[in-house]
Amino acid sequence: MRFEAWNGFKEGNWTNAVDVQDFIHQNYEPYEGDESFLAPPTAKTQALYQEIKALVMEEMKKGVLDVETYLVSGIDSFEAGYIDKEKEEIVGLQTDAPLKRMINPYGGMRMVEQSLAAYGYEMDENRKKDFKEFRKTHNDGVFDAYTPKMRRARTVGLMTGLPDAYGRGRIIGDYRRVALYGIDYLIEQKQADFARYENCPATEDMIRLREELRMQIRALGEMKNMAMRYDIDISQPAKTAKEAIQFTYFGYLAAIKENNGAAMSFGRNSTFFDIYINRDMENGILDESGAQELIDHLVLKLRMVRHLRTPEYNELFSGDPTWVTESIGGMNMDGRTLVTKSSFRFLHTLTNLEPAPEPNMTVLWSVQLPQAFKEYCAKMSIQTDSIQYESDDEMRPLYGDDYAIACCVSSMELGKRMQFFGARVNLAKTLLMAMNNGYDEKKELKVLENTEPMMDEVLDFDKVMKAYEKCMEEVAELYVNTMNTIHYMHDKYAYEAGQMALHDTDVKRFMAFGVAGLSVVADSLSAIKFAKVKPIRNENGIAVDFQVEGDFPKYGNDNDDVDQLAVAVLRKFSGELKKHVTYRNAEPTLSVLTITSNVVYGKKTGTTPDGRKAGQPLAPGANPMHGRDCSGALASLNSVAKIPYAGCCQDGISNTFSIVPDALGKETETRVKNLVAVLDGYFKQHAFHLNVNVLNRSTLEDAMEHPEKYPTLTIRISGYAVNFNRLTREQQLEVISRTFHETM
Amino acid sequence: MAKGYIHSVESMGLVDGPGIRYVVFMQGCRMRCRFCHNPDTWQLNTGTLTEPQELFQKILRFRPYFESSGGGVTFSGGEPLLQPAFLTDMLRLCKDAGIHTAIDTAGGAEGDFSEILELADLLLLDIKHTDAEKYQFLTGCSMEAYENFIPQLYEHPVDLWLRAVIVPGIHDHLDYIREVWAAAKALPRVKKIELLPYHTLGVNKYKTLGIPYPLEGVPPMERRRVQRWQDTLNRALIAE
Repeated sequence: MRFEAWNGFKEGNWTNAVDVQDFIHQNYEPYEGDESFLAPPTAKTQALYQEIKALVMEEMKKGVLDVETYLVSGIDSFEAGYIDKEKEEIVGLQTDAPLKRMINPYGGMRMVEQSLAAYGYEMDENRKKDFKEFRKTHNDGVFDAYTPKMRRARTVGLMTGLPDAYGRGRIIGDYRRVALYGIDYLIEQKQADFARYENCPATEDMIRLREELRMQIRALGEMKNMAMRYDIDISQPAKTAKEAIQFTYFGYLAAIKENNGAAMSFGRNSTFFDIYINRDMENGILDESGAQELIDHLVLKLRMVRHLRTPEYNELFSGDPTWVTESIGGMNMDGRTLVTKSSFRFLHTLTNLEPAPEPNMTVLWSVQLPQAFKEYCAKMSIQTDSIQYESDDEMRPLYGDDYAIACCVSSMELGKRMQFFGARVNLAKTLLMAMNNGYDEKKELKVLENTEPMMDEVLDFDKVMKAYEKCMEEVAELYVNTMNTIHYMHDKYAYEAGQMALHDTDVKRFMAFGVAGLSVVADSLSAIKFAKVKPIRNENGIAVDFQVEGDFPKYGNDNDDVDQLAVAVLRKFSGELKKHVTYRNAEPTLSVLTITSNVVYGKKTGTTPDGRKAGQPLAPGANPMHGRDCSGALASLNSVAKIPYAGCCQDGISNTFSIVPDALGKETETRVKNLVAVLDGYFKQHAFHLNVNVLNRSTLEDAMEHPEKYPTLTIRISGYAVNFNRLTREQQLEVISRTFHETM
Repeated sequence: MAKGYIHSVESMGLVDGPGIRYVVFMQGCRMRCRFCHNPDTWQLNTGTLTEPQELFQKILRFRPYFESSGGGVTFSGGEPLLQPAFLTDMLRLCKDAGIHTAIDTAGGAEGDFSEILELADLLLLDIKHTDAEKYQFLTGCSMEAYENFIPQLYEHPVDLWLRAVIVPGIHDHLDYIREVWAAAKALPRVKKIELLPYHTLGVNKYKTLGIPYPLEGVPPMERRRVQRWQDTLNRALIAE
C-alpha cells in the first residue's frame, strides 16, 4: 500500500489513481437491516446543539448575526473559528466566528453592497476601493458583454434568477478525495496533468486550462494551510473515521469559504464514511454512539453554512437557503445496494438534532432498495418532512453509481462533471409574448422580434402553437447566448479553483437551462385547443385578460390530451437549446424546477388563458396548478411522471407532494407502507423526483399565526426543504392553498 | 357494455380497502343517511356517463401503485349496486387483468347480485344500524333491501369488511358496539371491522346543494374512543 492510512482496505484501481468510486466498490458493506442499531445523541452533542440553537435563534431575530466587512472570501482568508472548541468533534467555520458571514465581491459588488446595506453594514472603505478601482468582477464582465436584447429579456422577467451578479454554484467538488488521498497526492496528480499538456499548442483553450490548473494547485495548498489553522494536517490520507469526516468537511469548507454559489452541495458521502467507521469499529476504537456523534457533529456544521444575500434573494428562494444537498442510498451497478448503516445515521440526525432544512437530505430511490431502508425513509418523511426522493433507477443508467445531486435535482458524476447553472426562463411569459407580437404583457416592452400580430377574436390553436414555437426558438437562442456570456465571465473573474481542484482535469460540463410555468402553459394551450378563448386586448393591443367558454382538460389528471401538450412544449424547447454553440462545448440540459421562485415569477406574469389571473403564483416546478387536479394525488403524480427525463429534462423535474397524515392511512404502520408503495409506484413509471410533505393544513395555519410554536417546522417545496417560519406570509398562504389531498 | 354514471374518482384512496385504491364514486343512492358526507352523489341518472372500457383504461395507469401496495379498485358511491350491469362489466375487466376489486356498499339495492358477488374480491359492508327502527330513522329507508341482500353473501366466496359509522348520541355506546360484534359474527368471512367516526367535513356540500344539514349541532365523533372499540373488536375477530 502506498499509504499506511490505507491499511485494512482492499486494493483496487483506486490505489493507483484517483478513483473514489472504485474505493467504495471494493470496500463498502451494504446494509439490509432496519434502524434498530441507531444511537441517541451523546451528552456532548446535546450540549453543542443547544449552543448552536441559541445562536440560530439570535440570528433569526437580527436577520444576520455578524458580517466580516474587511476580509473577503477565500479558502485561507480567515483565522480558525469555533462554536465551543471543547465540544466540537468536527471543526471548521467559514469565518472566525459562528454564523458570521463573509463578503464575496468577485461575483459582483452590487450584490455585496446591497446585502450589507440591508442589514446595516458597510464594506471597509479601502477594500471597497480595491474592488471598485482595481478588480473587475464577474458582474462587471457580464454587463459589459450583454446585448440590449439580453438586458430587456432580463428586465421583463423572461429570463430570471440568472447567476450574473453572484456565484453560480451547483458545482460539487469530490470532497472525499481530500480524505482518501490527502492534499499532497492530489497536488502531485494535478502537476502531472499540467506536464501532460506541456507540448500542446497554446490555444485560448489550452492557455485557460493551464492557468486554471495552476490556480487549482494553489487552492489545494491553501486548503492545507486552512486546515493547519485548526492544527490538522490534511497533506496525507485520513487514518480514522473522525479524520475522514473532518478532511472531507475541510474540502467542502474550502468550497464555501471560496464561493457563495447559489447551491453549494455536499455530494454523496455517507457510504464513503461508512467504510472508515467500519474499519475503526473492527479495530475497536469506535462504537455506535461515537460514530453517530461524528455524523451528528458534521451535520451541525452543515447546518451552519451561511452566505450573505439580499433580502430580495431570500424572497425569491424563501429563507436563507444554501442547498447543502447530501445524496443518500441508491444501488450499485452490480446490483448491490449502496445503502449502509451510515445512510441511516445521516437520516437519523433528523431525530437526534430535530428536523431541519439543511443539509438537504436526498434519497436516491430505487425500487430495488432494501425494504427496511425504504420504510425508514418513509417513517422519517412522515415524522419530519425533511426528505426528497429522486430516481436512482433513472439516473444510474446515465451516470453510473457515483453521482450526486447539486441543489435540488441536478445530478453529476462526482469529480468528473460540473455544470454551468442557468436558472430559468418563464415559458408562460413566452406564450403571452407569442400572442402579443413579442411584447411583454406587463411592461409593454418589445422583447422578441420573430413575431406577428395576432388579432383573432377567438384564439386558434394551430396558429398560437406555431407562433409559440417560433418564440421558443428565439428565446432558446437568446438564452444560450446569455448563458455563454455569463459563464465565460464567471470562469474569468470568479473561478472556483478549490472546487475544480477536486475534479478530474478533463472534466465534463453540462449547461443547465431551466423553465418555469409549465403547468400554466399546458393548461393555457389546452384551453385554447379544447375550449373557446377570447383575448381581451387593451388600447395597445396587449392581451390583458382572457374570456374562456367551455371546459378543457387540465394537467394533473393523468389525461393525455393535456399532459402531452406539456411534453411537446418541453421537447421543443429542449431540442432548440441543443441547436446552439455552447461555451466550452457544455452539453445542454434542462430542468423543470422553480423552488419557491414560482411566487415571484407569477407576480411578474400577466393573466394567462388557463384562468390564472395576473400576479398569481405559477405552480412550482413541474407541479400541476393547485386546485386543478381533481382525480386525486396519484393522477397528479402520473401526469408529472410523463415528463421525459433522459435526453429532455435531464437536469431534473421537480414535483412536490403534500398530504395530511390521515389520508395516508389509519395506522402509523399502514402510513409507512402506503408511502413506500406510493414512491415505488411513482418511480416505477420513470418519474424523476418527489418532495414529500406529510402534514395537516391546520398545523400550517396555526404555524402562520404562532410561528414560535413551530421553530423547526420544515416543509418541502419543490426540490427543497425550508423552515416554514422563514417564508413570507404570501408564500405561507401559497403553500397552504397548494393542493392538499384530504381523503376521508 | 353498459355505461355507468360516475360522480368522481380518487386515484389515491388509502382508507377504502387494502393498499392503494383507485376509488370510483358512482352516482346515485336511494338512502338519505343523516350522516352522509357525499350528498352530491345521491341523485340518480346524472353525473358523467362513462363506458367501462374508458374507465378501465384510466384504472390501468395505476397498476404500479396497486402492485407495490397490494391495492386495487374500490367502487364506492353513491350505492354502486344500483348500477349492476356497469359494475359487473367493470369487475370482469378488472378480474381478467388481475386487479383486486372492492365494493363499498350498504346493500341498499334490490336484486340478484350473484354475478357481482362472484367477481368481486372484497365487500366493504356498511351496516348503518342494527335496529330496524333506528335504521329507518337514520337512512330514510326500511331494512328490507339490506335484509334481502345479506343472504346472498353466503352463496359466494367474497370477503367482507364490516363497517359502521359511529355518530355521537346514536351509536357511541357499548350496547351498540356489542350489536356490531353480533352482526359481524352472524355474517360470513368477515375479515375486519372498521368503525368510522362521524365527521362534519360534508357540511359544506349540503350548503352548496341547498339541503338543510340533518345532524346540525352534532359534534364530530371523538376518534380515540372509536379507535379503542375498533381495536377490541378486531382482536376478538382474530381470536375467533
